[in-house]
Amino acid sequence: MAYSEKVVDHFNNPRNMGSFKKEEDGVGTGIVGAPECGDVMKLQIKVENETIVDAKFKTFGCGSAIASSSLATEWLKGKTVEEAGRIKNTDIVQELNLPPVKIHCSVLAEDAIKAALADYQKKADPK
Amino acid sequence: MKFPIYLDNHSTTPMDPRVLESMLPYFTEKFGNSASRNHAFGWEAEEGVENARKQIAKLIHADAKEIVFTSGATESNNLALKGVVEMYHEKGDHIITSSTEHRAVLDTAKALEAKRGVKVTYLPVDKFGMVNPEDVRNAITDKTILISVMFANNEIGTINPIKEIGKIAKEKSILFHCDATQGVGKVPIDVQDMGIDLMSFSAHKIYGPKGVGALYVRKKNPRVRIAAQMDGGGHERGMRSGTLPVPLIVGFGKACELGEQEMAADGARLSVMRDRLHTTITNALEEVYLNGHPTQRLPHNLNISFAYVEGESLLMGCKEIALSSGSACTSATLEPSYVLRALGVGAELAHSSIRFGLGRFTLDEEVDYAGKRIIEVVTKLREMSPLYEMAKEGIDLKSVQWAAH
Repeated sequence: MAYSEKVVDHFNNPRNMGSFKKEEDGVGTGIVGAPECGDVMKLQIKVENETIVDAKFKTFGCGSAIASSSLATEWLKGKTVEEAGRIKNTDIVQELNLPPVKIHCSVLAEDAIKAALADYQKKADPK
Repeated sequence: MKFPIYLDNHSTTPMDPRVLESMLPYFTEKFGNSASRNHAFGWEAEEGVENARKQIAKLIHADAKEIVFTSGATESNNLALKGVVEMYHEKGDHIITSSTEHRAVLDTAKALEAKRGVKVTYLPVDKFGMVNPEDVRNAITDKTILISVMFANNEIGTINPIKEIGKIAKEKSILFHCDATQGVGKVPIDVQDMGIDLMSFSAHKIYGPKGVGALYVRKKNPRVRIAAQMDGGGHERGMRSGTLPVPLIVGFGKACELGEQEMAADGARLSVMRDRLHTTITNALEEVYLNGHPTQRLPHNLNISFAYVEGESLLMGCKEIALSSGSACTSATLEPSYVLRALGVGAELAHSSIRFGLGRFTLDEEVDYAGKRIIEVVTKLREMSPLYEMAKEGIDLKSVQWAAH
Protein backbone atom coordinates (compact mmCIF):
# COMPACT_ATOMS: atom_id res chain seq x y z
CA MET A 1 0.00 0.00 0.00
CA ALA A 2 1.50 3.31 -1.04
CA TYR A 3 0.52 5.80 1.65
CA SER A 4 0.66 9.57 1.54
CA GLU A 5 3.51 11.30 3.35
CA LYS A 6 1.07 12.56 5.97
CA VAL A 7 -0.05 9.02 6.85
CA VAL A 8 3.56 7.88 7.11
CA ASP A 9 4.42 10.88 9.28
CA HIS A 10 1.53 10.26 11.69
CA PHE A 11 2.42 6.56 11.80
CA ASN A 12 6.09 7.19 12.54
CA ASN A 13 5.46 10.13 14.90
CA PRO A 14 2.05 9.53 16.44
CA ARG A 15 0.62 12.65 18.13
CA ASN A 16 -0.93 12.36 21.58
CA MET A 17 -0.51 8.62 21.95
CA GLY A 18 -1.50 7.43 25.41
CA SER A 19 -4.33 7.26 27.90
CA PHE A 20 -6.19 9.29 30.53
CA LYS A 21 -7.80 7.66 33.52
CA LYS A 22 -11.35 6.93 32.39
CA GLU A 23 -12.90 7.93 35.69
CA GLU A 24 -11.10 11.30 35.81
CA ASP A 25 -13.41 14.35 35.78
CA GLY A 26 -14.04 15.82 32.35
CA VAL A 27 -12.65 12.79 30.51
CA GLY A 28 -14.71 11.19 27.76
CA THR A 29 -13.64 7.81 26.34
CA GLY A 30 -14.70 6.27 23.04
CA ILE A 31 -13.70 2.73 22.06
CA VAL A 32 -14.85 1.58 18.63
CA GLY A 33 -14.09 -1.26 16.23
CA ALA A 34 -13.46 -4.94 16.92
CA PRO A 35 -10.31 -7.07 17.11
CA GLU A 36 -11.66 -9.60 14.59
CA CYS A 37 -12.13 -6.80 12.06
CA GLY A 38 -8.50 -5.80 12.49
CA ASP A 39 -9.02 -2.38 14.02
CA VAL A 40 -9.90 -0.99 17.44
CA MET A 41 -9.57 2.70 18.31
CA LYS A 42 -9.62 4.25 21.73
CA LEU A 43 -10.02 8.02 21.69
CA GLN A 44 -10.12 10.16 24.84
CA ILE A 45 -10.86 13.84 25.38
CA LYS A 46 -10.33 15.99 28.44
CA VAL A 47 -12.85 18.83 28.68
CA GLU A 48 -12.74 22.01 30.73
CA ASN A 49 -15.50 24.63 30.36
CA GLU A 50 -16.88 22.93 27.25
CA THR A 51 -13.46 23.13 25.55
CA ILE A 52 -11.31 20.14 24.77
CA VAL A 53 -8.00 20.89 26.43
CA ASP A 54 -6.32 17.58 25.70
CA ALA A 55 -6.88 14.42 23.69
CA LYS A 56 -5.23 11.00 23.52
CA PHE A 57 -5.52 7.85 21.44
CA LYS A 58 -4.48 4.24 21.27
CA THR A 59 -5.15 2.23 18.12
CA PHE A 60 -4.83 -1.39 17.05
CA GLY A 61 -5.00 -1.32 13.30
CA CYS A 62 -3.31 -0.60 10.03
CA GLY A 63 -1.18 2.45 9.29
CA SER A 64 -4.09 4.58 8.15
CA ALA A 65 -6.18 3.69 11.20
CA ILE A 66 -3.30 4.84 13.41
CA ALA A 67 -2.84 8.00 11.33
CA SER A 68 -6.60 8.79 11.34
CA SER A 69 -6.81 8.61 15.12
CA SER A 70 -3.55 10.52 15.61
CA LEU A 71 -4.87 13.29 13.35
CA ALA A 72 -8.21 13.29 15.18
CA THR A 73 -6.50 14.04 18.51
CA GLU A 74 -4.63 16.95 16.91
CA TRP A 75 -7.86 18.40 15.54
CA LEU A 76 -9.80 17.89 18.77
CA LYS A 77 -7.46 19.91 20.95
CA GLY A 78 -8.70 23.47 21.39
CA LYS A 79 -12.13 22.80 19.89
CA THR A 80 -15.33 23.22 21.84
CA VAL A 81 -17.43 20.11 22.39
CA GLU A 82 -19.91 21.42 19.87
CA GLU A 83 -17.23 22.08 17.21
CA ALA A 84 -15.72 18.65 17.79
CA GLY A 85 -19.06 17.05 16.92
CA ARG A 86 -18.82 18.55 13.46
CA ILE A 87 -15.59 16.77 12.45
CA LYS A 88 -16.44 14.54 9.48
CA ASN A 89 -14.69 11.45 8.22
CA THR A 90 -14.43 13.07 4.80
CA ASP A 91 -12.24 15.80 6.33
CA ILE A 92 -9.85 13.08 7.52
CA VAL A 93 -9.88 11.34 4.13
CA GLN A 94 -9.00 14.62 2.46
CA GLU A 95 -6.29 15.64 4.91
CA LEU A 96 -4.55 12.23 4.83
CA ASN A 97 -5.30 11.53 1.17
CA LEU A 98 -6.61 8.06 2.08
CA PRO A 99 -7.17 5.57 -0.75
CA PRO A 100 -10.76 4.23 -1.18
CA VAL A 101 -10.05 0.92 0.61
CA LYS A 102 -9.00 2.86 3.70
CA ILE A 103 -12.05 5.12 4.01
CA HIS A 104 -13.42 2.88 6.76
CA CYS A 105 -10.46 3.97 8.93
CA SER A 106 -11.68 7.55 8.76
CA VAL A 107 -15.25 6.43 9.52
CA LEU A 108 -13.93 4.62 12.58
CA ALA A 109 -12.13 7.79 13.70
CA GLU A 110 -15.33 9.83 13.35
CA ASP A 111 -17.20 7.15 15.32
CA ALA A 112 -14.53 7.28 18.01
CA ILE A 113 -14.86 11.07 18.31
CA LYS A 114 -18.65 10.76 18.60
CA ALA A 115 -18.33 7.97 21.18
CA ALA A 116 -15.87 10.00 23.28
CA LEU A 117 -18.14 13.07 23.15
CA ALA A 118 -21.18 11.00 24.12
CA ASP A 119 -19.27 9.45 27.03
CA TYR A 120 -18.18 12.90 28.23
CA GLN A 121 -21.75 14.24 28.05
CA LYS A 122 -23.14 11.21 29.83
CA LYS A 123 -20.65 11.69 32.65
CA ALA A 124 -21.24 15.47 32.82
CA ASP A 125 -25.00 15.18 32.81
CA PRO A 126 -26.09 11.81 34.20
CA LYS A 127 -29.83 11.45 33.94
CA MET B 1 24.11 -5.07 4.55
CA LYS B 2 21.98 -3.91 1.63
CA PHE B 3 18.47 -2.50 2.07
CA PRO B 4 15.68 -3.36 1.63
CA ILE B 5 16.14 -6.91 2.92
CA TYR B 6 14.20 -9.57 1.04
CA LEU B 7 12.44 -12.10 3.28
CA ASP B 8 9.49 -12.91 1.03
CA ASN B 9 10.86 -15.93 -0.80
CA HIS B 10 7.51 -17.78 -0.84
CA SER B 11 6.23 -15.05 -3.09
CA THR B 12 9.08 -15.23 -5.53
CA THR B 13 12.85 -15.70 -5.47
CA PRO B 14 15.68 -13.75 -7.05
CA MET B 15 17.14 -15.54 -10.05
CA ASP B 16 20.38 -17.38 -9.40
CA PRO B 17 23.16 -15.78 -11.53
CA ARG B 18 24.08 -19.27 -12.78
CA VAL B 19 20.52 -19.64 -14.10
CA LEU B 20 20.69 -16.33 -15.91
CA GLU B 21 24.01 -17.30 -17.48
CA SER B 22 22.52 -20.54 -18.84
CA MET B 23 19.64 -18.63 -20.40
CA LEU B 24 21.48 -15.80 -22.15
CA PRO B 25 22.59 -17.61 -25.34
CA TYR B 26 18.98 -18.66 -25.98
CA PHE B 27 17.83 -15.05 -26.27
CA THR B 28 20.33 -14.19 -28.99
CA GLU B 29 22.40 -16.65 -31.03
CA LYS B 30 20.33 -19.75 -30.14
CA PHE B 31 17.00 -18.04 -30.76
CA GLY B 32 15.36 -20.81 -32.80
CA ASN B 33 11.88 -22.23 -32.40
CA SER B 34 12.24 -25.65 -30.80
CA ALA B 35 9.40 -26.89 -33.02
CA SER B 36 11.32 -26.09 -36.22
CA ARG B 37 12.34 -29.58 -37.28
CA ASN B 38 14.17 -28.82 -40.51
CA HIS B 39 17.04 -26.49 -39.67
CA ALA B 40 19.90 -26.08 -37.23
CA PHE B 41 18.30 -23.16 -35.37
CA GLY B 42 15.39 -25.35 -34.41
CA TRP B 43 17.59 -28.32 -33.48
CA GLU B 44 19.73 -26.18 -31.22
CA ALA B 45 16.68 -24.78 -29.38
CA GLU B 46 15.17 -28.25 -29.14
CA GLU B 47 18.37 -29.57 -27.61
CA GLY B 48 18.18 -26.83 -24.96
CA VAL B 49 14.56 -27.70 -24.19
CA GLU B 50 15.14 -31.46 -24.03
CA ASN B 51 18.15 -31.05 -21.78
CA ALA B 52 16.06 -28.88 -19.42
CA ARG B 53 13.27 -31.45 -19.50
CA LYS B 54 15.75 -34.07 -18.25
CA GLN B 55 17.08 -31.80 -15.51
CA ILE B 56 13.55 -31.05 -14.31
CA ALA B 57 12.42 -34.68 -14.47
CA LYS B 58 15.49 -35.83 -12.54
CA LEU B 59 14.73 -33.51 -9.63
CA ILE B 60 11.30 -35.10 -9.10
CA HIS B 61 12.23 -38.66 -10.17
CA ALA B 62 10.11 -38.56 -13.31
CA ASP B 63 10.76 -39.35 -16.95
CA ALA B 64 11.55 -36.39 -19.21
CA LYS B 65 8.56 -37.28 -21.40
CA GLU B 66 6.26 -36.70 -18.45
CA ILE B 67 7.05 -32.96 -18.20
CA VAL B 68 4.57 -30.57 -19.86
CA PHE B 69 5.71 -26.96 -19.97
CA THR B 70 3.25 -24.22 -19.03
CA SER B 71 3.40 -20.54 -18.15
CA GLY B 72 3.58 -21.26 -14.42
CA ALA B 73 1.99 -23.15 -11.55
CA THR B 74 -1.36 -21.37 -11.88
CA GLU B 75 -1.70 -22.64 -15.43
CA SER B 76 -0.48 -26.09 -14.39
CA ASN B 77 -3.14 -26.28 -11.67
CA ASN B 78 -5.82 -25.14 -14.11
CA LEU B 79 -4.66 -27.64 -16.71
CA ALA B 80 -4.57 -30.51 -14.21
CA LEU B 81 -8.02 -29.95 -12.73
CA LYS B 82 -9.87 -28.85 -15.86
CA GLY B 83 -7.98 -31.32 -18.05
CA VAL B 84 -8.82 -34.30 -15.83
CA VAL B 85 -12.47 -33.29 -15.34
CA GLU B 86 -12.96 -32.88 -19.08
CA MET B 87 -11.17 -36.14 -19.92
CA TYR B 88 -12.76 -38.34 -17.26
CA HIS B 89 -16.23 -36.80 -16.91
CA GLU B 90 -17.85 -40.06 -17.94
CA LYS B 91 -16.19 -41.86 -15.02
CA GLY B 92 -17.42 -39.42 -12.41
CA ASP B 93 -17.97 -35.85 -11.34
CA HIS B 94 -16.43 -35.61 -7.88
CA ILE B 95 -13.10 -34.16 -6.84
CA ILE B 96 -11.50 -33.91 -3.42
CA THR B 97 -9.24 -31.07 -2.39
CA SER B 98 -8.35 -29.21 0.80
CA SER B 99 -9.42 -25.89 2.25
CA THR B 100 -5.91 -24.43 2.44
CA GLU B 101 -4.96 -24.93 -1.21
CA HIS B 102 -3.64 -22.01 -3.21
CA ARG B 103 -6.29 -19.91 -4.93
CA ALA B 104 -5.20 -21.34 -8.28
CA VAL B 105 -6.62 -24.70 -7.15
CA LEU B 106 -9.56 -23.43 -5.07
CA ASP B 107 -10.82 -20.99 -7.67
CA THR B 108 -10.39 -23.58 -10.43
CA ALA B 109 -12.43 -26.04 -8.34
CA LYS B 110 -15.10 -23.40 -7.79
CA ALA B 111 -15.21 -22.63 -11.51
CA LEU B 112 -15.68 -26.35 -12.22
CA GLU B 113 -18.53 -26.48 -9.70
CA ALA B 114 -20.23 -23.48 -11.26
CA LYS B 115 -19.65 -24.20 -14.94
CA ARG B 116 -19.50 -27.98 -15.17
CA GLY B 117 -21.58 -29.09 -12.20
CA VAL B 118 -18.63 -30.87 -10.64
CA LYS B 119 -19.01 -31.75 -6.95
CA VAL B 120 -16.05 -30.72 -4.82
CA THR B 121 -15.17 -31.79 -1.28
CA TYR B 122 -12.98 -29.26 0.51
CA LEU B 123 -11.30 -31.19 3.30
CA PRO B 124 -10.63 -29.43 6.59
CA VAL B 125 -7.11 -29.34 8.04
CA ASP B 126 -5.94 -29.85 11.61
CA LYS B 127 -4.68 -27.00 13.81
CA PHE B 128 -1.25 -27.27 12.18
CA GLY B 129 -2.71 -26.99 8.69
CA MET B 130 -2.30 -30.65 7.81
CA VAL B 131 -4.70 -32.80 5.80
CA ASN B 132 -5.57 -36.11 7.47
CA PRO B 133 -5.19 -38.97 4.95
CA GLU B 134 -8.12 -40.77 6.58
CA ASP B 135 -10.32 -37.77 5.75
CA VAL B 136 -9.27 -38.22 2.14
CA ARG B 137 -10.21 -41.91 2.29
CA ASN B 138 -13.58 -41.16 3.85
CA ALA B 139 -14.42 -38.51 1.27
CA ILE B 140 -13.95 -40.88 -1.67
CA THR B 141 -17.12 -41.94 -3.49
CA ASP B 142 -17.59 -44.10 -6.60
CA LYS B 143 -17.82 -40.84 -8.55
CA THR B 144 -14.44 -39.47 -7.39
CA ILE B 145 -12.08 -38.87 -10.30
CA LEU B 146 -9.40 -36.68 -8.75
CA ILE B 147 -7.72 -35.90 -5.43
CA SER B 148 -5.79 -32.62 -5.36
CA VAL B 149 -3.77 -31.85 -2.23
CA MET B 150 -0.88 -29.41 -2.02
CA PHE B 151 2.61 -30.53 -1.05
CA ALA B 152 3.41 -27.61 1.26
CA ASN B 153 1.39 -24.56 2.09
CA ASN B 154 2.56 -21.20 0.79
CA GLU B 155 1.62 -19.27 3.94
CA ILE B 156 2.43 -21.54 6.84
CA GLY B 157 4.86 -23.98 5.21
CA THR B 158 3.12 -27.08 6.58
CA ILE B 159 4.02 -30.21 4.62
CA ASN B 160 1.15 -32.62 3.96
CA PRO B 161 1.44 -36.43 4.30
CA ILE B 162 1.64 -36.77 0.52
CA LYS B 163 2.91 -40.35 0.42
CA GLU B 164 0.00 -41.58 2.56
CA ILE B 165 -2.51 -39.74 0.39
CA GLY B 166 -0.82 -41.10 -2.75
CA LYS B 167 -1.16 -44.62 -1.38
CA ILE B 168 -4.88 -44.19 -0.76
CA ALA B 169 -5.35 -42.76 -4.25
CA LYS B 170 -3.54 -45.80 -5.74
CA GLU B 171 -5.60 -48.25 -3.71
CA LYS B 172 -8.81 -46.67 -4.97
CA SER B 173 -7.49 -46.08 -8.51
CA ILE B 174 -8.15 -42.36 -8.33
CA LEU B 175 -5.83 -39.81 -9.91
CA PHE B 176 -3.74 -37.76 -7.49
CA HIS B 177 -2.69 -34.22 -8.33
CA CYS B 178 -0.28 -32.34 -6.10
CA ASP B 179 0.43 -28.61 -6.22
CA ALA B 180 4.08 -28.74 -5.24
CA THR B 181 4.96 -25.15 -6.12
CA GLN B 182 6.39 -24.46 -2.64
CA GLY B 183 8.04 -27.84 -2.19
CA VAL B 184 9.93 -28.60 -5.40
CA GLY B 185 13.62 -27.79 -5.10
CA LYS B 186 13.25 -27.14 -1.36
CA VAL B 187 12.57 -30.62 0.01
CA PRO B 188 13.02 -34.03 -1.67
CA ILE B 189 10.07 -35.01 -3.87
CA ASP B 190 9.78 -38.36 -5.60
CA VAL B 191 6.66 -38.78 -7.72
CA GLN B 192 7.18 -42.56 -7.88
CA ASP B 193 7.62 -43.11 -4.18
CA MET B 194 4.84 -40.66 -3.30
CA GLY B 195 2.33 -41.97 -5.81
CA ILE B 196 1.75 -38.61 -7.49
CA ASP B 197 0.04 -38.73 -10.91
CA LEU B 198 0.04 -35.02 -11.76
CA MET B 199 2.16 -32.30 -10.18
CA SER B 200 2.31 -28.54 -10.64
CA PHE B 201 5.36 -26.37 -10.03
CA SER B 202 7.14 -23.33 -11.36
CA ALA B 203 10.60 -21.91 -11.95
CA HIS B 204 10.45 -18.56 -10.19
CA LYS B 205 10.02 -20.12 -6.74
CA ILE B 206 13.32 -21.95 -7.12
CA TYR B 207 15.62 -19.14 -8.29
CA GLY B 208 14.56 -19.50 -11.91
CA PRO B 209 12.77 -17.10 -14.26
CA LYS B 210 9.14 -15.97 -14.00
CA GLY B 211 6.75 -17.07 -16.75
CA VAL B 212 7.47 -20.77 -16.94
CA GLY B 213 6.21 -23.78 -15.04
CA ALA B 214 5.49 -27.43 -15.55
CA LEU B 215 2.84 -30.03 -15.07
CA TYR B 216 4.13 -33.52 -14.44
CA VAL B 217 1.75 -35.97 -16.14
CA ARG B 218 2.34 -39.65 -15.35
CA LYS B 219 2.84 -41.87 -18.43
CA LYS B 220 2.79 -45.32 -16.84
CA ASN B 221 0.79 -47.01 -14.06
CA PRO B 222 -1.53 -45.40 -14.85
CA ARG B 223 -1.17 -43.52 -18.12
CA VAL B 224 -2.82 -40.21 -17.27
CA ARG B 225 -4.68 -38.35 -19.99
CA ILE B 226 -5.78 -34.75 -19.81
CA ALA B 227 -7.83 -32.64 -22.19
CA ALA B 228 -5.83 -29.69 -23.53
CA GLN B 229 -7.08 -26.29 -22.44
CA MET B 230 -5.07 -24.47 -25.10
CA ASP B 231 -5.61 -25.43 -28.73
CA GLY B 232 -3.07 -24.81 -31.44
CA GLY B 233 0.08 -26.40 -32.80
CA GLY B 234 -0.15 -29.51 -30.65
CA HIS B 235 3.02 -28.88 -28.67
CA GLU B 236 3.82 -30.85 -25.52
CA ARG B 237 2.28 -34.06 -26.86
CA GLY B 238 -0.93 -32.19 -27.58
CA MET B 239 -1.48 -31.22 -23.96
CA ARG B 240 -0.38 -27.61 -24.18
CA SER B 241 -0.06 -25.80 -27.48
CA GLY B 242 2.09 -22.73 -27.91
CA THR B 243 5.68 -22.04 -28.96
CA LEU B 244 7.95 -22.97 -26.08
CA PRO B 245 9.72 -20.11 -24.29
CA VAL B 246 13.12 -21.70 -24.83
CA PRO B 247 15.28 -19.34 -22.70
CA LEU B 248 12.87 -19.64 -19.77
CA ILE B 249 12.79 -23.41 -20.06
CA VAL B 250 16.58 -23.62 -20.18
CA GLY B 251 16.70 -21.48 -17.03
CA PHE B 252 14.04 -23.65 -15.37
CA GLY B 253 16.17 -26.71 -16.10
CA LYS B 254 19.28 -25.11 -14.66
CA ALA B 255 17.34 -24.01 -11.57
CA CYS B 256 16.19 -27.61 -11.02
CA GLU B 257 19.71 -28.95 -11.48
CA LEU B 258 21.02 -26.47 -8.89
CA GLY B 259 18.07 -27.28 -6.65
CA GLU B 260 18.96 -30.93 -6.70
CA GLN B 261 22.60 -30.22 -5.88
CA GLU B 262 22.04 -27.59 -3.20
CA MET B 263 18.70 -28.49 -1.63
CA ALA B 264 20.15 -30.35 1.33
CA ALA B 265 22.74 -27.69 2.20
CA ASP B 266 20.27 -24.81 1.64
CA GLY B 267 17.61 -26.49 3.75
CA ALA B 268 19.99 -27.24 6.61
CA ARG B 269 21.38 -23.71 6.67
CA LEU B 270 17.99 -21.99 6.39
CA SER B 271 16.27 -24.08 9.03
CA VAL B 272 18.99 -23.16 11.55
CA MET B 273 18.62 -19.48 10.62
CA ARG B 274 14.83 -19.73 10.78
CA ASP B 275 14.88 -21.39 14.20
CA ARG B 276 17.26 -18.76 15.54
CA LEU B 277 14.94 -16.00 14.32
CA HIS B 278 12.00 -17.71 15.99
CA THR B 279 13.85 -18.15 19.29
CA THR B 280 15.13 -14.56 19.29
CA ILE B 281 11.59 -13.27 18.85
CA THR B 282 9.92 -15.55 21.39
CA ASN B 283 12.63 -14.84 23.98
CA ALA B 284 12.03 -11.11 23.70
CA LEU B 285 8.26 -10.95 23.27
CA GLU B 286 5.30 -12.50 25.04
CA GLU B 287 2.20 -13.82 23.27
CA VAL B 288 3.82 -14.77 20.01
CA TYR B 289 2.13 -17.73 18.32
CA LEU B 290 3.57 -20.04 15.69
CA ASN B 291 1.23 -20.72 12.78
CA GLY B 292 1.64 -24.07 11.04
CA HIS B 293 3.33 -27.29 12.02
CA PRO B 294 6.23 -27.11 14.50
CA THR B 295 8.32 -29.72 12.65
CA GLN B 296 6.59 -30.84 9.43
CA ARG B 297 7.22 -27.55 7.68
CA LEU B 298 9.38 -26.07 4.95
CA PRO B 299 12.89 -25.29 6.24
CA HIS B 300 12.78 -21.67 5.13
CA ASN B 301 9.32 -20.78 6.44
CA LEU B 302 8.31 -19.03 9.65
CA ASN B 303 4.79 -17.73 10.20
CA ILE B 304 3.94 -16.12 13.51
CA SER B 305 1.19 -14.00 15.03
CA PHE B 306 1.93 -11.14 17.40
CA ALA B 307 -1.09 -10.67 19.64
CA TYR B 308 -2.47 -7.09 19.94
CA VAL B 309 -0.60 -5.83 16.87
CA GLU B 310 -2.13 -5.56 13.40
CA GLY B 311 -0.02 -7.06 10.61
CA GLU B 312 -0.07 -4.25 8.10
CA SER B 313 1.07 -1.71 10.66
CA LEU B 314 3.87 -4.08 11.61
CA LEU B 315 4.99 -4.30 7.98
CA MET B 316 4.77 -0.52 7.72
CA GLY B 317 6.91 -0.16 10.84
CA CYS B 318 9.73 -2.18 9.31
CA LYS B 319 9.35 -1.35 5.67
CA GLU B 320 13.07 -1.79 5.03
CA ILE B 321 12.31 -5.53 5.24
CA ALA B 322 10.15 -7.24 2.60
CA LEU B 323 7.69 -9.52 4.41
CA SER B 324 4.10 -10.56 4.03
CA SER B 325 1.10 -10.67 6.38
CA GLY B 326 -2.19 -12.53 6.66
CA SER B 327 -3.88 -9.29 7.65
CA ALA B 328 -6.99 -8.28 5.71
CA CYS B 329 -5.40 -4.91 5.07
CA THR B 330 -2.72 -6.53 2.94
CA SER B 331 -5.07 -8.73 0.91
CA ALA B 332 -7.09 -7.87 -2.14
CA THR B 333 -10.23 -9.39 -0.63
CA LEU B 334 -10.14 -7.41 2.65
CA GLU B 335 -10.53 -10.66 4.55
CA PRO B 336 -7.83 -12.07 6.82
CA SER B 337 -5.96 -15.14 5.58
CA TYR B 338 -8.33 -18.02 4.79
CA VAL B 339 -5.45 -20.42 5.41
CA LEU B 340 -5.01 -19.27 9.01
CA ARG B 341 -8.79 -19.24 9.49
CA ALA B 342 -8.93 -22.86 8.27
CA LEU B 343 -6.45 -23.81 11.01
CA GLY B 344 -8.82 -22.35 13.56
CA VAL B 345 -6.67 -19.28 14.18
CA GLY B 346 -8.96 -16.50 15.41
CA ALA B 347 -9.53 -13.54 13.09
CA GLU B 348 -7.71 -11.19 15.46
CA LEU B 349 -4.58 -13.36 15.38
CA ALA B 350 -4.87 -13.84 11.62
CA HIS B 351 -4.75 -10.05 11.28
CA SER B 352 -1.58 -10.14 13.40
CA SER B 353 0.39 -12.70 11.38
CA ILE B 354 3.69 -12.22 9.61
CA ARG B 355 5.29 -14.65 7.16
CA PHE B 356 9.06 -14.83 6.90
CA GLY B 357 10.35 -16.57 3.78
CA LEU B 358 14.10 -17.15 3.81
CA GLY B 359 16.00 -18.08 0.68
CA ARG B 360 19.28 -19.23 -0.85
CA PHE B 361 20.68 -15.70 -0.79
CA THR B 362 19.52 -14.74 2.70
CA LEU B 363 22.40 -13.77 4.99
CA ASP B 364 22.73 -14.41 8.73
CA GLU B 365 23.07 -10.70 9.42
CA GLU B 366 19.87 -9.96 7.50
CA VAL B 367 17.88 -12.41 9.60
CA ASP B 368 19.42 -11.05 12.80
CA TYR B 369 18.56 -7.51 11.76
CA ALA B 370 14.99 -8.54 10.94
CA GLY B 371 14.57 -10.17 14.34
CA LYS B 372 15.83 -7.06 16.13
CA ARG B 373 13.57 -4.74 14.13
CA ILE B 374 10.47 -6.89 14.55
CA ILE B 375 10.96 -6.89 18.31
CA GLU B 376 11.34 -3.07 18.32
CA VAL B 377 8.31 -2.45 16.16
CA VAL B 378 6.04 -4.94 17.97
CA THR B 379 7.03 -3.33 21.29
CA LYS B 380 6.24 0.13 19.94
CA LEU B 381 2.91 -0.92 18.42
CA ARG B 382 1.86 -2.75 21.57
CA GLU B 383 2.45 0.48 23.50
CA MET B 384 0.06 2.04 21.02
CA SER B 385 -2.49 -0.79 21.17
CA PRO B 386 -5.65 -0.38 23.26
CA LEU B 387 -5.99 -4.17 23.24
CA TYR B 388 -2.58 -4.65 24.84
CA GLU B 389 -3.47 -2.05 27.45
CA MET B 390 -6.76 -3.81 28.23
CA ALA B 391 -5.07 -7.20 28.43
CA LYS B 392 -2.49 -5.76 30.82
CA GLU B 393 -5.34 -4.41 32.97
CA GLY B 394 -6.61 -7.96 33.21
CA ILE B 395 -9.61 -7.50 30.92
CA ASP B 396 -10.56 -10.63 29.01
CA LEU B 397 -10.84 -9.31 25.44
CA LYS B 398 -13.22 -12.12 24.55
CA SER B 399 -15.69 -10.91 27.18
CA VAL B 400 -15.90 -7.43 25.66
CA GLN B 401 -18.94 -6.62 23.53
CA TRP B 402 -17.26 -5.31 20.40
CA ALA B 403 -19.23 -3.47 17.76
CA ALA B 404 -18.25 -5.39 14.61
CA HIS B 405 -18.19 -3.16 11.57
